[in-house]
Amino acid sequence: MNKIISLISLVLMIGIFFITIESLPIVGDPHSPASTHVSPHYIEKSAEETGAPNFVAAILADYRGYDTLGENIVIFTAGVSTVLILKTSGNLLKHKGGKDNEK
Amino acid sequence: MKNERPGGVLLNTAFRVIIPFTLIYGSYVLFHGELGPGGAFQAGAVLAIGVLLSRLIEGDKAVFNISGNTALILAGIGAFIYGGIGVLTVLMGGNFLDYEKLPLSLPAHELHSLGILGVEVGVTICVMCTIIAIFDALSRREGSL
Repeated sequence: MNKIISLISLVLMIGIFFITIESLPIVGDPHSPASTHVSPHYIEKSAEETGAPNFVAAILADYRGYDTLGENIVIFTAGVSTVLILKTSGNLLKHKGGKDNEK
Repeated sequence: MKNERPGGVLLNTAFRVIIPFTLIYGSYVLFHGELGPGGAFQAGAVLAIGVLLSRLIEGDKAVFNISGNTALILAGIGAFIYGGIGVLTVLMGGNFLDYEKLPLSLPAHELHSLGILGVEVGVTICVMCTIIAIFDALSRREGSL
């Protein structure tokens, strides 16, 4: 039963994706909303507005500063949780080994 | 004299040559990220390689090393630098991460440039120290290094 439900939802999702992909703009289309609205502004104004000649850096750290802050925190959280998981499981292993030695 | 380092003569000599160049290249990627290809995440990875190389070759007692706990604290400080710059601009009366409101008397685009650099320094420290901390935890778990 579960398999049938997941199959149906999978087919539905794939169908929705195939329908929506029709209405996406072609990659590199100069009349698509993305390349008529924000991109020209970034390309023309980023050097004078942010003082950074490389507008990848300008977008990453200035216009999209929130996004990069989120990325940074994701990396930090991932690091902390990895260290916590590895240390805890390491201690568990040591504990187990100690018990075995006692026997 | 007995050489107690685990790396052997060849590795011990080679990594001394490689590490300064790795660190300089990492700093170049960081500080030049605003002008050309590069950026904070890549710079953090390259700088972490410099520290990990020493750690890999000399083992736990490496002189040029950042221990796991220190690395985690530094990673937190890196993330804090980023958030701190944002909060500082709020305290000076601007929006969050609105670099024009930084408390320095410079033209606006210079302030933006400086703000981007400060933020990228924070990201670099965070990425570098996270990589080191994960490596440290992994190697301690294996018990080999």
